[in-house]
Amino acid sequence: MLSRSLFLKLLSGALIFGAWEYAGRTGVNYALPTFLESMKALFDMTVSGLIFEAYADTLRPLAIGVLISSFIGVGIGVWVGLSEKFDWMFSPIFIIMQAAPLAALIPLLIMAYGIGLTSKVFVVCIMAMPVIVLNTSGAVKNTPSSVKEMARSFLGSEKDVILKIIIPAASPVIFAGLRLGVSAGFIGAILAELKITPTGVGDIISYSRMTADYPSMYAAIFSIILLAVLFLNLLEKIENYLFKGNNQGYIS
Amino acid sequence: MTKEILENAVSVKGVYKNYGEVEALRDMSLDFPKGQLTSLLGPSGCGKTTLLKIIAGLLPATQGEVIVNGKVVTKPGPDRAFVFQDFALMPWANVIRNVAFGLELRGVGKVEREEIASKYIGNVGLKGFEHSFPHELSGGMRQRVGLARALSVDSPVLLMDEPFSAVDEQTRRKFQEDLLNLVKNENKTFIFVTHSIEEAVYVSDQIALLLPRPSRVSEIIKPSGFRHKDVDSIRKDSEYLDTVESIWKSLRTYVE
Repeated sequence: MLSRSLFLKLLSGALIFGAWEYAGRTGVNYALPTFLESMKALFDMTVSGLIFEAYADTLRPLAIGVLISSFIGVGIGVWVGLSEKFDWMFSPIFIIMQAAPLAALIPLLIMAYGIGLTSKVFVVCIMAMPVIVLNTSGAVKNTPSSVKEMARSFLGSEKDVILKIIIPAASPVIFAGLRLGVSAGFIGAILAELKITPTGVGDIISYSRMTADYPSMYAAIFSIILLAVLFLNLLEKIENYLFKGNNQGYIS
Repeated sequence: MTKEILENAVSVKGVYKNYGEVEALRDMSLDFPKGQLTSLLGPSGCGKTTLLKIIAGLLPATQGEVIVNGKVVTKPGPDRAFVFQDFALMPWANVIRNVAFGLELRGVGKVEREEIASKYIGNVGLKGFEHSFPHELSGGMRQRVGLARALSVDSPVLLMDEPFSAVDEQTRRKFQEDLLNLVKNENKTFIFVTHSIEEAVYVSDQIALLLPRPSRVSEIIKPSGFRHKDVDSIRKDSEYLDTVESIWKSLRTYVE
C-alpha cells in the first residue's frame, strides 16, 4: 500500500506527463515532442552512456557549488544574523548578488576566471547563496525572544542559546532557503553550460536544439528537473531527521 | 501564641529601573516571606513583570539590589525558576525534552533528567503525553509543561509571570485550585504576577498592590480568614469578597 505522499507525487507526475503527451500529439508546437518520444530519447542516451558522461561533467560545478553555498551560506547567514557588524558588512553583497542579472555578470566572470570550472562554480554560487544567506540571517534575527529568555533563565550559556535555541528555531526557514537556493543552483549549473562553454547536460541541450533533435533536448531538460526533485526530497528527509518537530503535519 | 519571625526568601531593596527616559520602577522595596505565595497585583504598565524579571536576573536593575536567601543576585541562578506567560516552549522538541530542558542546561545526564521530568509530567497531569509536541497540545496543557519544567529544577523560589492569563477561564480556575494545593505541598516560595484581583486574593498569602508609572508599592494585604478553607468554599467566603471589593476600590482611581 502506497503512502499518501508517494501516491500524490506519482499521481501529479502522471497528470503532467499525460498532459505533455496530449500536447505533443495535438501539435501545439512543431518543436514540442510527445512525452513518450522524449522518454525514448532519454532511454537511448542512457543505454549509450551519453547521459552519464554528460552528468560527470555537469555534476562537478553543481556539487561543488551546492556544497559551498549550503554550508558556507548557512554559516555566513548565522553569523550575519547574530552580529550587527557582520550584517552591515555582508548583507549588501548578497542582496546585490541576488538582484544583479546573471547574464550581465557572466562576461565579467569569464574575464576574471576564464571559461573553466571556477567560473561555473561561481555561477552556481551566485544563483544559490543569496537566498540561503538572507533566509538564514532573517530567521536567526527573528528568533522569538521569549524562548531565548527562557534558556537564559534556566542557566543557558551564550553557546547553549545559539546551538539549542536559535538554530533549531531558525531551521524551518533555513531549510526553506536551502530548497530555494539549491534549486537555483541547479539552474545556475545549466545556465553556466549554456552561456560559458558547452559541457555536460547543457551541451546536450544546445547541441540537440541546433540539430533540431527536440526529443533529446527535452529528455536532457527532463533529466535535470528529475535530479533536482530527487535532491529536494533528500533535503526534506534530512530536515525531518534532524528536526523531527518541524514536521507539523504539512510537509507533504 | 508564639510569634514566628518569618524568614524572607527574597528581598528587594531600593530598586530603580529606567528604560531610557521612562522610569519604570522607583525606589521599590519589598520582602517575600519564605514558603509563601506573594502576589504582585496591579493594572497594566505598573512594572510588575519588570520587577519579576529583575528578581529573576533576566533584566538588570538601574539601581538597588535583590537578595535571594541571603545573597545579592544580578543574573539567573539555580535558586530561581521562571514560568512564562506565553509558555516559552520549544516547538521543535517534544514534551519530555521541554520539561527536562532546565536539567539539560545544567549538564544532568539524559537518563536521569528524563526520569525526573517524567515524574513532574505525571504530577501536572500530563502522563502519556511525554512524546507529544507542543503544537499537538491545548493552551492549558502547554502551560502545564512550562510549570513542570520550572518544578523539575527544584529551585526554592518559583517566579510566575501571569501564568494563567493565556488560557481559557475554566482552565484558569482549575489552575488556581491546583496552585493552592501546590503551595501547600511544596516547600517553595512563590512570587506571582497577575492583573486579576480575584485570582490574587484566591491564591495569595500576601498581596503587594503596585501602582503605575513610576511603580511603587501602595499597600500590602494579607488575607487570612479563609486561607484554611477548602478550594471550593473560598470563592463564597465573605472576607474573600470584601477583600476583592476593597482592592478594586483602591485600584479604580488609577484606571480612571
